[in-house]
Amino acid sequence: MVEQGSAAPATQSGGEAMISLRGLTKHFGAIVAVDDVSFAVGRGEVLGFLGPNGAGKSTTMKMATGFLAPTAGTATICGFEIQDRPIDAKRHVGYLPEGAPAYPDMTAGGFLDFCASVRGISGGEKKRRIAAIVDRIELGEVLHQPIETLSKGFKRRVGLAQALVHDPDVLILDEPTDGLDPNQKHEVRALIQELSASKAIIISTHILEEVHAVCSRAIVIARGRIVADDTPHGLEARSRHYNAVAVTIPTPMHDAARTELLRHPKVAAVEVGPLVNGAVTLLVIPKNGVDIVGDVGGTLRARQWPFDQIRVEQGRLDDVFRILTLPQV
Amino acid sequence: MRTTWVVFRRELGSYFATPVAYVFIVIFLALAGALTFFLGNFFDRGQADLQPFFMFHPWLYLFLIPAIAMRMWAEERKTGTIELFLTLPVSIPAAVIGKFLAAWAFCGIALALTFPIWLTVRWLGRPDDGVILASYVGSFLMAGAFLAIGACMSAMTRNQVIAFVLGAVVCFLFTVSGSPIVISFFSGWAPQPVIDTIASFSFLTHFSAIVRGVIDLRDVIYFGSAIALFLFANVVLVDLAKSR
Repeated sequence: MVEQGSAAPATQSGGEAMISLRGLTKHFGAIVAVDDVSFAVGRGEVLGFLGPNGAGKSTTMKMATGFLAPTAGTATICGFEIQDRPIDAKRHVGYLPEGAPAYPDMTAGGFLDFCASVRGISGGEKKRRIAAIVDRIELGEVLHQPIETLSKGFKRRVGLAQALVHDPDVLILDEPTDGLDPNQKHEVRALIQELSASKAIIISTHILEEVHAVCSRAIVIARGRIVADDTPHGLEARSRHYNAVAVTIPTPMHDAARTELLRHPKVAAVEVGPLVNGAVTLLVIPKNGVDIVGDVGGTLRARQWPFDQIRVEQGRLDDVFRILTLPQV
Repeated sequence: MRTTWVVFRRELGSYFATPVAYVFIVIFLALAGALTFFLGNFFDRGQADLQPFFMFHPWLYLFLIPAIAMRMWAEERKTGTIELFLTLPVSIPAAVIGKFLAAWAFCGIALALTFPIWLTVRWLGRPDDGVILASYVGSFLMAGAFLAIGACMSAMTRNQVIAFVLGAVVCFLFTVSGSPIVISFFSGWAPQPVIDTIASFSFLTHFSAIVRGVIDLRDVIYFGSAIALFLFANVVLVDLAKSR
């Protein structure tokens, strides 16, 4: 379900689009960085924006937030077209740019104060909001330190706090967990999940486990074009390994078993793993991703070949990612 | 209006958050004083006025103001904060004006801190305070024009050194446009009205008119429109960078 052209793109849930890109295109001289990208994200959706480095993820986000003007196409945020009504549109967005830039000579607290003030939050409301976000993202201990002295993880969290301080309807986060340690990554993902009910969220990443952890939908972009738009589960189902069955068989029976399994009409291929402790793991790959665990078990039992550790593979996102994003030969 | 004020506060604060402000103010005061007393022969003239103080301002500004202005946009581009700044709900004119006013206010603070020289001349004699006030106003206006040029040059590049050199060169051309350095380039082939127009762009001419003690509306309008022109160019340059 790849969407293209300039027809109004649909959200996953079918709900009202909070952010909608239509035919977004960007040329840098002769280079086409982003080519006709369209999608819409509604409230409650977390869209994972995937792609190799240089695929156009950041450029798309820069256009969606009004930092770059598109060569063609439009981006609309909460009904405001970003080029025609930039101020109204930007009010509704929290944006974490790539690398989480922040004024290095300001303190974390001063920086958050500035971002809140620019967004028209003042007085007690400003104090309350900043205190809440500092508490949520655990910035208290560095609040009075200049940002240039902070660790990479804290800098990233300051960037996140800045994007959340005004409680925006739309969150656009460019690699929000880059540079964080595993605990911090977990924290940020939990935060995104917590926020997702009330917001439309786009996160770009090249960490595939992240898509699994937080996203309700994944768009894969390669060479500026959308090559897949699906649920994380749907993407996995495209893997050759989806529903593949791994089964460990003692030598020397594995050769005969392999030959027998290959004859089965539902089996596409059998991959032979290395010899470990006198046994070999066969990976039985089904045709069209159909469920074959029963067939494999049945075949082996019928011949009375001993086996243990039979399990079904979930499909591998990195596989799908590679197939989708490598140039077609 | 409100966002301009927020930007203004942040920018002015950022000068004092780094050594930039202190280095600038100390150097400015030291040079202004040294030039007045040594090159300007403040004592030998035996006159209770601040002519020898103000006559060096254009030359001081020529390299000090581009140094203040060079970071305005180039640094934001270099560190990437421009992406954050321009995706906040701030219009580009508000951003340009807020940054400019902060730098101008900073120059105003540096200029105001030269007040001991006024106390000195008052202690030594009976100066015409009106002329001195007019000169301060003129100097402040000229600083604004230099700053607007510097800010505009800073918006053209992500490299602060280039911003500084461009700013200093353009400021120099405007400073001396009434002098033979510029005029001789045009005389001989350009018609006289063109040469007169170029000569009338000289910061020196307009500044020295004010320093004589007369704030002519034309001189004020001249500096005001130079500021407005370069700030407008600044807005255009920042806007153009979006569609590069």
